[in-house]
Amino acid sequence: MTGEGLTLAQQLPALQIVLPLTGAALCALIDRRNVGWAIATLVSFAMPVISVMLLIQVLTTGPVSYAFGGWEPPYGIEYRVDVINGFLLVLISLMGAVVMPYARRSVASEIAENKQAWFYCVYLLCLAGLLGMAITGDAFNAFVFMEVSSLSMYVLIALGNDRRALVAAYQYLILGTIGATFYVIGVGLLFAMTGTLNFVDMAERIVAVEQTRPVLAALAFITVGMCLKLALFPLHVWLPNAYTGAPSVATVFIASTATKVAVYLLLRYYYSIFGAAFVFDDLPVTPILLILSLAGMFVASAVAIFQSNIKRMLAYSSVAQIGYITLGMAEATRLGLTGSIVHLFNHAMMKGALFMVMGCIAYRIGNCRLNNMAGIGRRMPVTMAAFVIAGLSLIGVPGTVGFISKWYLALAAFENGWWWLAFLIMGSSFLAVIYIGRVIEMAWFREPTGPAAEATEPPLSMLIPTWILAGACIVFGLDAEMTAGVAAQAADALFAGLR
Amino acid sequence: MSEPLDEILNVVVGNFNQWITIFLMVAGLYVVVARGNMVKKLVGLSIFQTSVYLLYISPGKILGGTPPIITDGVEVYSNPLPHVLILTAIVVGVATLALGLGLVVRINEAYGTIEEEEIFDQGSDE
Amino acid sequence: MRVDVVLRVVTKLLLPFILLFGLYVQFHGEIGPGGGFQAGVIVGACIILYAIMFGLDRAMRVLSVTAVEKMISLGVLLYLGTGFAGMVMGGEFLNYSVLQHDPVHGQHLGITLIELGVLVTVAGTMVAIFYAFAGRGR
Repeated sequence: MTGEGLTLAQQLPALQIVLPLTGAALCALIDRRNVGWAIATLVSFAMPVISVMLLIQVLTTGPVSYAFGGWEPPYGIEYRVDVINGFLLVLISLMGAVVMPYARRSVASEIAENKQAWFYCVYLLCLAGLLGMAITGDAFNAFVFMEVSSLSMYVLIALGNDRRALVAAYQYLILGTIGATFYVIGVGLLFAMTGTLNFVDMAERIVAVEQTRPVLAALAFITVGMCLKLALFPLHVWLPNAYTGAPSVATVFIASTATKVAVYLLLRYYYSIFGAAFVFDDLPVTPILLILSLAGMFVASAVAIFQSNIKRMLAYSSVAQIGYITLGMAEATRLGLTGSIVHLFNHAMMKGALFMVMGCIAYRIGNCRLNNMAGIGRRMPVTMAAFVIAGLSLIGVPGTVGFISKWYLALAAFENGWWWLAFLIMGSSFLAVIYIGRVIEMAWFREPTGPAAEATEPPLSMLIPTWILAGACIVFGLDAEMTAGVAAQAADALFAGLR
Repeated sequence: MSEPLDEILNVVVGNFNQWITIFLMVAGLYVVVARGNMVKKLVGLSIFQTSVYLLYISPGKILGGTPPIITDGVEVYSNPLPHVLILTAIVVGVATLALGLGLVVRINEAYGTIEEEEIFDQGSDE
Repeated sequence: MRVDVVLRVVTKLLLPFILLFGLYVQFHGEIGPGGGFQAGVIVGACIILYAIMFGLDRAMRVLSVTAVEKMISLGVLLYLGTGFAGMVMGGEFLNYSVLQHDPVHGQHLGITLIELGVLVTVAGTMVAIFYAFAGRGR
């Protein structure tokens, strides 16, 4: 057998998924919180190495395919990495690696001791599910991984120490399952029409049956299902409660990865399988997405202004930011799509940083209520400085990552001749100024009172990850060559299609 | 029999599996939306998921086909793939239901009720 | 707990047959309908029936909560281990053909090990779910 075997480099796609799964099983088997943390950290650090190697491989030699179990595609399950999901794998695994050093102290302070090993187990399952959704080239396998990640997310949320976290997890469970079931109904209809589940094969076979009613129904089901998962505006009701109730670490991880993967899957279906011409030219997807995105950007931002819990405020802001991402999709041009994809990455950086700051504050004063944060900037200046940087990025100040995404989205709007859209993008940024400004005013320009008066800087293990993400907001904002470059390539690859 | 009646019968009887699928789908979704009791919602969710099982399984049956294990003298086999997929989906459904019920038990302990309205009333007091 | 002699005696008589049927479904899964998941559920149901008839305490003496939790992860690890073995032998993850010199034998060995892992995990999970609900609030 030797000689003809696969090299380690060829095994990377499988390792990307299998390592976190093994780690999760080991965490559950050993059931010691320190061992659990060590395993989770080890695996989380290995993941970006693998995903970056995969992305480099893709950028140099083209898409990587892995036949799971040796069953050749389209019959077996294929793992297929191209530029867009390679980019996404890097994003998810990087977030996992940044979160883990932060997790130890935060989890120790927020979760009961006998549940901590299980927390790491469930976190690894969630990581495996999200990576699996991104890497797989099989429609049904994507559903299975979606449910692996979703079920573990419900558990992560329910581990929050407030009893409202339980209700939030329950609501998310109901809506998330409806979303996933809608998706699987769509896949079932596609399977009935094309007889295949492999994305590449399906893209080829769907041409013959494109205009039939089951395919149209499949498109509708998949759109609604994935929009529930990615929390597009009227389908976002699960998101604010879930993000507010979850433990800090879980919020950071879920907010920066979960919705992004759902966006990727929707992009995959729109561009690679149904084809951009069919979705955006023959069907009224553009106006629907455009209106809902804009509604999300404005309504969610406006609601965010009136929140007294900052975690909930940031959650509403996430709904608004998802509006930007789907806006780029609705623009359906190369520039718009680049903006969308680069915003996936940029939003993960800034929202990750903001939620990490909230985790630091919760670690010191126990909650994230705005009233308790008066003057906290004077007691925790380093932490709150990170909040300011990430907040400015959220607003879209030049020199930060938020500006890069909005720049591409506005360019695409002008290219389509929708100059009013560029003004609306700016208008929604002003709403962000208000809600971020409220926090900055409270944190920096008041005398420290109440619990904030005794607060001190959080431990370094929490501060450094926070600053890594806040720093990333600046670094990738000043030099967007890497992120926007890869995003542009991904947009090209999406437009080129799989056929 | 007249032509239009024939056609209607064809649509109703010929696709009876799909009619059942649609009925289960809508009924399940209705229960999820209309009921405030958390356990009933989960029951509705299960019915909704069950409709998907039928959607996949029924086209997988090929009339006259045997189980897909290669034997001499048989040329028509049923499609095994839908069954495997749905076995997976059933496992997912079981996991979802168990987790959902687990959450309901915890919610009942924390709030003393599993009616959504009463829980929201309690939530707004805080 | 009320002692119903008929039920208890019948249960005791049934239990070995249920277990045996579970094993039949397990090993017959290779050439007919069946497999690890179905067998795991049957084995789990056997333990759950015992717990219903003779009380949770006695069931937990047979199979403790810790043991059930270990079963879940050990089954998964057996599954993953078989997958890794395929990798080490030079094939893809879960490629059983490379496990032995003859691909057909390799397939037999691989699927048997995988299904065993599934059996252990599913039986463990079913019992764990039952214990979690039945043991609540005691």
